[in-house]
Amino acid sequence: MVDAAKQSASEKPYLSIANIVKKFGDTTAVDGVTLDIQRKEIFALLGSSGCGKSTLLRMLAGMERPTSGQIILDGQDITKLAPYDRPINMMFQSYALFPHMSVADNIAFGLKQDKMPKGEIDARVAEMLDLVQMRKYANRKPYQLSGGQQQRVALARSLAKRPKLLLLDEPLGALDKKLRQQTQLELVNTLESVGVTCIMVTHDQEEAMTMATRIGIMSEGQLLQVGTPAEIYDYPNCRFTAEFIGDTNLFTGPVVVDEPDRVEIEAAELGGRIWIDHGITGPKGMQVWASIRPEDVRVDRDPVAAGPNAAKGSVAEIAYFGSYSVYHVKLGSGKVLKAMVPVNRWHEANLEPPTWGDQVYVSWRADMPVVLTR
Amino acid sequence: MNNQQLSPFLKGMLLLGLLFLYIPIVSLIVYSFNDSKLVTVWGGFSTKWYASLFQNEQIISAVELSVQIALASATAAVTLGTIAGFVLARFKRFPGSSLFAGMMTAPMVMPEVITGLSMLLLFISMQQLIGVPAERGFFTIWVGHTTLCMAYVAVVVRSRLLEIDQSLEDAAMDLGARPLKIFFVITLPLVAQAIASGFLLSVTLSLDDLVMTAFLSGPGSTTLPQVIFSKVRLGLNPEINALASITVLVVGVLVIVANYLMLNSQRKRERAMAAAMRESSAG
Repeated sequence: MVDAAKQSASEKPYLSIANIVKKFGDTTAVDGVTLDIQRKEIFALLGSSGCGKSTLLRMLAGMERPTSGQIILDGQDITKLAPYDRPINMMFQSYALFPHMSVADNIAFGLKQDKMPKGEIDARVAEMLDLVQMRKYANRKPYQLSGGQQQRVALARSLAKRPKLLLLDEPLGALDKKLRQQTQLELVNTLESVGVTCIMVTHDQEEAMTMATRIGIMSEGQLLQVGTPAEIYDYPNCRFTAEFIGDTNLFTGPVVVDEPDRVEIEAAELGGRIWIDHGITGPKGMQVWASIRPEDVRVDRDPVAAGPNAAKGSVAEIAYFGSYSVYHVKLGSGKVLKAMVPVNRWHEANLEPPTWGDQVYVSWRADMPVVLTR
Repeated sequence: MNNQQLSPFLKGMLLLGLLFLYIPIVSLIVYSFNDSKLVTVWGGFSTKWYASLFQNEQIISAVELSVQIALASATAAVTLGTIAGFVLARFKRFPGSSLFAGMMTAPMVMPEVITGLSMLLLFISMQQLIGVPAERGFFTIWVGHTTLCMAYVAVVVRSRLLEIDQSLEDAAMDLGARPLKIFFVITLPLVAQAIASGFLLSVTLSLDDLVMTAFLSGPGSTTLPQVIFSKVRLGLNPEINALASITVLVVGVLVIVANYLMLNSQRKRERAMAAAMRESSAG
C-alpha cells in the first residue's frame, strides 16, 4: 500500500485541494486546508469531533460550498459543481440506506439516476452484491439486516456508480468494537480490489492506522500533519499529533545546547537535561517540547548513571495489560511519566517487578525523543 | 408508570371519569333503538328510526355535502400543508421564515369565530369587486376548511420530517438525484404515514366544523353538523340518535382497523430485526 502511494507521488495529484476555507457565520470550520491525493490512495482524515474533518468531507461531496479555495479532481475543477453532478460518492456514517427500498433497489438507485439501461443496472447490481457478499439478501429491506450487513450494502451502493473518488464518513463508527476490527480489513480489501481512490474521516486512530495509506491530522480546522501511519507515529511535528496518536510523555524547556550532532533541553519537570542525538534548526534559548513514547522508556530498580535522559521516581500506578504493563512513575517535580514495560523484562533479569511506592530509575536512549517546536 | 396497586380512591375516580365520558354515548346508542318518539322515555325496541333516517333527504344530502367538502378540503390541505411543512423543516433560514412559521400555525390558535368572520367579509367584498365567488356555498366552505386543516397537516408533516435522518436526502443527492426528484422518491414515501394521518385529521376537522361553516355556507348548502344543530334546537328526535350511532360505529371501526394495521406492521418489523440479529451473531 505504502509503495503504491510513493510510486505515484511523482505523478500529478489525482485530487488537489487548494487552500479551502469554510466559514459558518463568524466561526471558521475549515481554515485553509491544502492537500494532494494520489490515484488509488486510501487517505484518512483523523481528528476529534468538531475539528472540521466532516465539513471538509461534505465540501468534497458538494453538500457544502467552500467560502474560498479550489478542489480539482482528475483535472476537472469541481469546486462549484452540484453534489448530483460530481463523480464522487459517499458512504454515510448512519449508512443512510433508503428504508422503503430493498437492498437491490438501494444499490440501483444511483444507476437509475444516470438513466442506465435496465439490463446493465441489473448486471452492475449483481456484481456489487457479489463484491460485498450480500447476494442472497438482495430482496431484503434495510431494517431486516444487521449493522454489519447494512454497512456492506452502504458500501456497495456508494461503489455502484464507479466513482472517481469515494468518501467514507466514520465508516465503521456505528458498529460495535469487536465487529469493527474484523470489518476494517475486510473493507480495505474490498476497496483495494476495486481500486478506488478513497478519503475517509474518522476519530478512531486505530481505524486510520489500520486502513489508510496516508493520514492527515486535523485540529481546529487546520491540517497539522500529513504522512504514512509510521511517519506520523515516529515523527510527529507538533504536540497535538504526538498526544493524539498513541500515548506520549511531553517535557518542555529551553534549548541550552544546539550543535549539528546534538541538542540539549533543560527540562525543569525532569530535573535535568534531555539530550537528543541530532540537531534542530532554531535559535538557542527557544522554548521547545520533547516527546518520549512510553515504550521507549526503560525502567530499572538499580540506579543508572546520573546524567541526561534519566531520572529517579516512585511507582504511583501500575496498569497491567497482559504482555506488558504501564508504569506511572512520579518524578521529583511531581510530574508523572508513563513507561511501557514488557512483562518478561523482569523475568529475564531475574528481578521482582517493582510495585506501588517502590523507587525506580527511568531512562531512555538519546535517539528516542522527538523535538517539537509547536 | 410503576406497578403499584391503585388505591381504591383513585380506582373510584377513574371509574367515575370513564362513566362520565361514556354513559352519554352509550345511552345515545341505546335510545336510537327506542320505539317511542320521545327521546327520554323508553317505549320498546325498534329500528324504525334507522329506516326513517335513510329516507330523510335533508339529512342524506347534508351527509353527502359534508363528505364531499371533507374529502376536498383534506386533499387540498394535505397538498398545501405538506409543502409548508417541508419548507418549515428543511429551509432553515430565509427572510421572513419566523413570520411564515407563525402565520402557518395561526389558524390553529385563532378563534374560529374570528377566522370565519374575516373570511366572510373577504368573500363579500370580493364578490362586490370582481364577482367571484358568485355565492356562498361549497367553494367558500372548502376554502375555509382548507385554511384550518392545512395548519394541522403542516405541523404533523414538519415534526415527522424533523425525525427523519437528513442524510437520507443527502445520500440521494450524492447518488445523482436532483432536489425535486428526491422530494418525490425519498422524502414523500418517508412521510407518507404523517400525510395519511394529516388527511384523516383534516377529514375529521372538516366533518364536524360548525362555527366557520356557519359563516361561510349559503342557503343551498347545509352541512351535517348544521342540520343536527338546527334539529336539536327544534326539539330532539331519535333520528339524530340513529345518525350519531352510525357515526360512532364508523369511527370505532376505522380506529380499530388502523390500530390493528399499525400494530401488525410494527410486530412484523420487530420480528424481522430480531431475525437479522440472530443470523448475524450465528454467522
